[in-house]
Amino acid sequence: MDIFIYGIFNSISLALMALGFALVYGISRVPNFAHGALYVVTGFLTWGFLRTLHLNYFLSILLAMLITGIVGALIYQLILVRVRGMAISEIIASYAMGLAIIEGFRWWGFKGMTYTLPVFVEGSVTIAGIPIDWQRILVVAVGGAVVGFLWLFTHYTKVGLALRGMAQDERASLMLGIDSDRMAVVAMSFGAMLAGLAAIMLLPLGNIVVEKGYDVLILAIAVCIVGGLGSWMGAVVASFLIGFAQIFTVVYLGAHFQMVVALLAIIITLILRPSGLFGRQKELEERV
Amino acid sequence: MTEQRRKERLDRGIKVRTDGLYALMSWRELSYLTLPRLVLILGIIMLPLILPSLYWQRVVSIVCIYALLALSFDFLAHYVGLVSLGGAFFIGVGGYIAAILNTSFGLHPLLTVPIATVCGAVICTVLLLPCLPLRGVYFAIVTLMYPLLLARVIEALDILGGTDGIMGIESFPSQRVEEYLVIALVLLFLFGVRRLVNLDIGLVFRAVKDNDQAVRASGMNVTYYKALGVFIASGLGCLGGACLVHIYMWSGISLFALDFSILPIAATVIGGGGTLVGPVLGCFILVPVSELLRAFGTLRIVFYALILMAFVVFRSEGLMVYGTRKYQQFERWVKV
Amino acid sequence: MSAEPILEIREVTKTFGGILALNRLSFNVYQGDVLGIIGPNGSGKTTIVNCITGFVKPSSGRIFFRGKEISGKPPHKIADMGVARTFQIMRPYYSLPAYKNLVIPLFSPRSKRTGGWRGGGKLGDRNTVSIDILEEIGFERDSYVPYKMASSLPTGYLKRLELARCLALKPDVILCDEVFSGLSMSEIASMVPLIERLQMEGITLVMIEHRLRELFRVANRVVVMNFGEKLTEGTSEEVMADPRVKEAYFGSEEISEVMTYA
Repeated sequence: MDIFIYGIFNSISLALMALGFALVYGISRVPNFAHGALYVVTGFLTWGFLRTLHLNYFLSILLAMLITGIVGALIYQLILVRVRGMAISEIIASYAMGLAIIEGFRWWGFKGMTYTLPVFVEGSVTIAGIPIDWQRILVVAVGGAVVGFLWLFTHYTKVGLALRGMAQDERASLMLGIDSDRMAVVAMSFGAMLAGLAAIMLLPLGNIVVEKGYDVLILAIAVCIVGGLGSWMGAVVASFLIGFAQIFTVVYLGAHFQMVVALLAIIITLILRPSGLFGRQKELEERV
Repeated sequence: MTEQRRKERLDRGIKVRTDGLYALMSWRELSYLTLPRLVLILGIIMLPLILPSLYWQRVVSIVCIYALLALSFDFLAHYVGLVSLGGAFFIGVGGYIAAILNTSFGLHPLLTVPIATVCGAVICTVLLLPCLPLRGVYFAIVTLMYPLLLARVIEALDILGGTDGIMGIESFPSQRVEEYLVIALVLLFLFGVRRLVNLDIGLVFRAVKDNDQAVRASGMNVTYYKALGVFIASGLGCLGGACLVHIYMWSGISLFALDFSILPIAATVIGGGGTLVGPVLGCFILVPVSELLRAFGTLRIVFYALILMAFVVFRSEGLMVYGTRKYQQFERWVKV
Repeated sequence: MSAEPILEIREVTKTFGGILALNRLSFNVYQGDVLGIIGPNGSGKTTIVNCITGFVKPSSGRIFFRGKEISGKPPHKIADMGVARTFQIMRPYYSLPAYKNLVIPLFSPRSKRTGGWRGGGKLGDRNTVSIDILEEIGFERDSYVPYKMASSLPTGYLKRLELARCLALKPDVILCDEVFSGLSMSEIASMVPLIERLQMEGITLVMIEHRLRELFRVANRVVVMNFGEKLTEGTSEEVMADPRVKEAYFGSEEISEVMTYA
């Protein structure tokens, strides 16, 4: 039973981490390898506002997420737009940016385990005999809300529909007057803010460490590859698959195998079904 | 009548005559070709002799290790078409295998290095096999992740020495042997890979990079050739790793550090991608700089990352390409 | 012309998402044929070539080469069996000189096995034989043309280079995807004897073309496609007399009266 509950929690956490990456890739086909860095940025910004400037917690969160969104937009506008279309250059450029940010934080002094964020609600509740923190329940609730909100947004608002249009066919959207660069900037800021949201929901349960940046990037990529690059539904399903797989390995094999599960998931997907579960692109087939 | 003057290329006539067999025509043509190469070889060989301290001599050895990695990256990226974002993966695999062969099996360094190179190359190729039939993006992603993940796995499972690493590895017979061995290896493989890419099989690699559909239509299995390319490149990396553990006499998860992944790429973009010698020269520039920056902690990674980003975004051609262009463009005034 | 078809396309269907590109297409190619495949744009001509050569997997239906099933096999295996193709959007190896472009197919397992065209598959011979092949194809040997980078060659030469790449494999069948397009009348005129020579060497040719007049000079049978289906097949006279063919290309009767080919 506890496997079930922890599985759900783990899966929703993975989904939160991965959705930002999936959004950006799905819409603008840009793999944002600075995703993990954006996660860390929000964490440290919130910490900075809260502990050093002593702002109200929710204000800190809001400011941090906003700034992260702006950083994401800037990364696109200043750097990625120049290498748009060249897949490898995009990866190198965004990875280098993410690296510069994460290692920059590390150099600046954010080392060690002493940075924490407070949970939103203290205490825990017992469900089916297992004590669960309120924070974790909040994570599940927020995760579900995010998925629902994204669905509504991309189906019923003008900007959201434009984003979906771009995701389906960029050229057709261009012909309909949708500015692909502007939409990509919007997508990047959304993606960055989602990374930030994941950070503020999940970081209170642990410490803020720079290594988390790399972990988040790896997990987000794993989820997106298994789910199919470009498919949001796939990302959600894949997070559940990998999330539960990780919990199973933790229970039966040991806690340190978690990341191995992510790697195995990627390798197995690439061998068996490279386009992922819901991948729309046929990776192997090319129009000649 | 006033004298007219015009600009004339210094190598007017010479460059054309150096193509192929005609280079043997006269000393002038021969020297036009061989002089730069001699300068390079002699320069590198003289380096350990003229450097002041033992510390800087060790830096030369480290430069050569990075040079092997940079060669591997350049070959893979510009001659086979696969971008490897995780050179540390090759270094780590080669290094750990050499370490185990030396400490657990007691093999001499001059034995562990070749064995680690070949075994390491096999292991790396097998691990990278799943992403070879797919688009290049996947290769980049997987190579990026392997070093990060392997480091975590070793740390978490506490195998192969865990966070402490494997200690007490034998070193080479002497400092001189160590330096000149790696220098020799770099020169050997630099000229070797340059030769390789002009052989028939090198042409197949370049064709795979250029247009793999056409290679398929010619009846050749592209995945096999990509695997061969990865084997060669990972062999170079494992060679570097194996030498490295014997130089440091220690092997740990720092072999999977980001330095080994990022610096070769930065060296390649600075030195000039596709020239094979450019990345090597790039290492001679970047590694000493990074040593100087070591006092600043991980700032050096920020530094490489920013350089990398700038070059990738602004698509600079690199020093070697620029230099070759200029070498062929020196001009002088002549009377007409 | 033997009784057994060298290439058999049986009820091949291909859908791309919602688009039906091929609809139960069936036809045979016999050894020694020069088969023309014609039809308006979008009729599925390039798709069937992709299916035959393995670049695209048919959704249903089967394709046989010399009696062996090749549908679903990967492209390099099909090429290895002797089915070569040219690409409609030309794909030489731009970073290599023209003659080095041929070294790659001469390096293939098939060339090594069969000796390659003019014996070029043998070790060490590849560079020299590739110049011979280029000369045969129409590159002037004494000039610099074979040594030029492929990126600097004009279209006419590139089309020939594509054919040369197929030839180097010593294939049994060559599928030519619009080799005549983009060429001037004189360039086509000089390619026609080349095609006739290939036919005399025993190679079966399947040519997708829009240049009907030139095609009918070399083709002995023609298949007409429309909307992914076979509209009709026969000799060039039979096909051009068929009113449905004119309608497929030009639309209704009135317009076709004005624009008919002689």
